[in-house]
Amino acid sequence: MISCAEAVRQLWEYIDDVVDVGERAAIETHLARCRRCCGELEFARELRRTLTDAADEDVPDDVLRRLRHTLEELER
Amino acid sequence: MDPVCSAEPRAARIELFRDVARQQLPRLYRIARRIVGDEAEDAVQDCLLKAYQHVDQLRERSAASAWLVRILVNCCRDRLRGRARSQEDVDLDAMEDFSLYRTIAYEDPFPYSDSLHLDFLAEFSVDDVRQVLLRLPELYRIPVVLVYMQGFLAREVAEMLDTPLGTVLARLHRGRKAFEQQMWRYATEHGLLREGAR
Repeated sequence: MISCAEAVRQLWEYIDDVVDVGERAAIETHLARCRRCCGELEFARELRRTLTDAADEDVPDDVLRRLRHTLEELER
Repeated sequence: MDPVCSAEPRAARIELFRDVARQQLPRLYRIARRIVGDEAEDAVQDCLLKAYQHVDQLRERSAASAWLVRILVNCCRDRLRGRARSQEDVDLDAMEDFSLYRTIAYEDPFPYSDSLHLDFLAEFSVDDVRQVLLRLPELYRIPVVLVYMQGFLAREVAEMLDTPLGTVLARLHRGRKAFEQQMWRYATEHGLLREGAR
């Protein structure tokens, strides 16, 4: 079985589904037996969500207006 | 695949560019905000001018969005080159061994909490998270923004940055570690680790 350190190192890759089949199986075997790493996995998911949630932002109207103006002015 | 304008006149390419850019402006601005902060509007202006100057490179409608983001990222990098590196104070050696999960458990900032880790995250406003992100070195911040905030695949980012996939994956890994480390630092520096801080 892989160690906690090895499992934790690959948790985000596991969440993002970019580990290969063998790595996925090794992580899942580890997670089935290690409560602490399951906690790490849940926290990694929340942390990733925190990051994603910070992406959206209203663009100020005046900024959008100036950028559109630049676009319209190109080769007019 | 959509054959667009390889044989079409420049005017058709410019119309395509304008059409795609108009739709993408909010997204371009959001990406720039996460990478260069307050210089976002200037970075998008740079991007529009540069894209216009290189409009002959635009071949297909389906690739136009990624083409614009690629130009934007380069414009952001140009702007970051002129900056002092004080906000990129990340200890790379300590970073690799750092675990935010374990640090929170060990330091136990909210002794009466029964959901310690979630309570830690709940202390951060959306703006706090954005400030933390701006502390990451540019090298790591850009792939983190593109993959985790904008939903690009690592493979697409590799093409966009003209960098091998393995390098992008390694930077994403370090970017996540740097983000965890900076979350903790930010929390301690901004007094978020006191119960009822907000």
